[in-house]
Amino acid sequence: MTVKTTHTLKKGLANLEVFSATLQGLAEADSNIIAVTSDSRGSGKLVPFAAKYPKQIVEVGIAEQNLVGVAAGLASTGKKVFAVSPACFLTARSLEQIKNDIAYSDNPVNVIGISAGVSYGALGSTHHSLHDFAVLRAVNNIMVVAPGDNFETEMAIRQAAALEEPVYLRFGKKPMPFLSDNKDFALGKGREIRGGKEVAIVATGETVWPAMQAAMLLEEEKGIQVGVISMHTIKPLDTALLESIASRYAAIMTVEEHSIYGGLGEACASFLLQSGYQKNFKLMGIPDEYTVTGSQLDILNHYGISEKGIADEVLKLLR
Amino acid sequence: MTTKELQIKSLEYRKKVLQYIKKAKAGHTGGSLSCTDILNVLYNEVMNVSPANFKDPNRDRYIQSKGHSVEALFVVLADQGFYPESNIETLCQYQSHFIGHPTRKVPGVEQNTGALGHGLPISVGTALAGKMDSLDYRVFTLMGDGELLEGSNWEAAMAASHYKLDNLVAILDYNKLQITGAVKDVCNSEPIDQKFEAFGWSVKHVDGNDVEALSKTLKSAPFETGKPSFVIAHTVKGKGISFMENNIKWHHGVPSDEQYADAQKELDSQLVELSKAII
Repeated sequence: MTVKTTHTLKKGLANLEVFSATLQGLAEADSNIIAVTSDSRGSGKLVPFAAKYPKQIVEVGIAEQNLVGVAAGLASTGKKVFAVSPACFLTARSLEQIKNDIAYSDNPVNVIGISAGVSYGALGSTHHSLHDFAVLRAVNNIMVVAPGDNFETEMAIRQAAALEEPVYLRFGKKPMPFLSDNKDFALGKGREIRGGKEVAIVATGETVWPAMQAAMLLEEEKGIQVGVISMHTIKPLDTALLESIASRYAAIMTVEEHSIYGGLGEACASFLLQSGYQKNFKLMGIPDEYTVTGSQLDILNHYGISEKGIADEVLKLLR
Repeated sequence: MTTKELQIKSLEYRKKVLQYIKKAKAGHTGGSLSCTDILNVLYNEVMNVSPANFKDPNRDRYIQSKGHSVEALFVVLADQGFYPESNIETLCQYQSHFIGHPTRKVPGVEQNTGALGHGLPISVGTALAGKMDSLDYRVFTLMGDGELLEGSNWEAAMAASHYKLDNLVAILDYNKLQITGAVKDVCNSEPIDQKFEAFGWSVKHVDGNDVEALSKTLKSAPFETGKPSFVIAHTVKGKGISFMENNIKWHHGVPSDEQYADAQKELDSQLVELSKAII
């Protein structure tokens, strides 16, 4: 079967570049900002940071458990620490360190998972991070965030740096589109970036853009009004916004670059069901299998996380 | 403190460790007794930390990586004045902060520990921050020899020497036993000294139940400028109680009424001997 690429991205900065630039700005003003990397400064776009602020970067080598422990130790002395590593390793190899040394011990580290989801595409399932929302949602005392564009990334980094609590931030690799003129951003509060009334698509991270494209396509071709919410913070979930959506829309769909188990979709479903809402509901994500080979876009398209795939599911939901 | 005073302290600490484990009907008896002398010397002779300076950024830090010997830590912290000793009576009881591993909810505890192989990486980060800020505090971490089987320790060992952390002192409570049996039989980790030396540490052996030797060794850290220090403290699991010593049954054994009375009697008689020696 030939996989057709049904959406393309506008050229823009990858959110990792925005992360790096934002962190440099913060480091300029505050010598307590420290990046800790595990041979990941290149993929984390932190080479310019390292060149400019060599005293504010700690390299621990390929040692993710130590990365998180060292970050916790630094944070315990008052440093504002960003622990950077590929999301797949950081949230699996170091899960116990994130749980115990950061979250349980209340050491306010910013845990930065880079090249998340299927960003590493053809490198295969060892390098995919489709479990991170699930495992970290189950860890007490850590926020889970996946920004949907460069604006959200910059705001999330700035706000996380100012927080005195642990935050997990998940970033992909590819250039990010610009989503909205809406300049409201607060960690913990979702952004309704496109209004509608029939179906609300609640998406996160890099899936917000194909959700937007699907919404535009449906309006253009079918006249269906689809709202899009960037639910950048998955935990704590913005339940007030979900309640509002449930009262205004006929159906709700969630989209994420994550296993169908334990991510945004299950978080929304759990809240809605327990709150007594009875809605048409569709959860889109990566099914419970080791993914097909291909680029990130190939993989997302294969599983229908694309303009056309999402639009088709919206139509099914409305039937 | 004189050596005799320190020895008396250790015996008193051991009596209390057993008292609270007996009351809680839970605890890691053998390991708490093996590291009692180390904690005694650290808090009474070596470290610059107290309730008065606990918020001072330049205080020395103690991180107990082998968290399961927390009963010894609770007794020593109470003796230092971090909280009334009576608080330990709630050990392991419903809603108590005095749980079976260190938590920061107990005054004087620096980090939450318990899962093995976590203390050394955290200590590396804490020591690194001291270097960054040109503060002269030291970081002491207590590790178990069974714990050394966790790979995260070796990641941290490399980082510590890479960053020349001579403000870091790791102390191995080398009692040679873990829950299943002898460490050398479970998964032989010898030669530990050569491994740490190869990883760039400066290593010393010491009798970990000899307060005088411990004091001398720990006060001499860093052993070499630019290198982290590793103290292999040879200890006896269940130290001080004849029927507990070197017996893995006492890893987390709780004494019966009779065993408890016998154990306290043994410790009391050692106290009497020591007191006589002072006079």
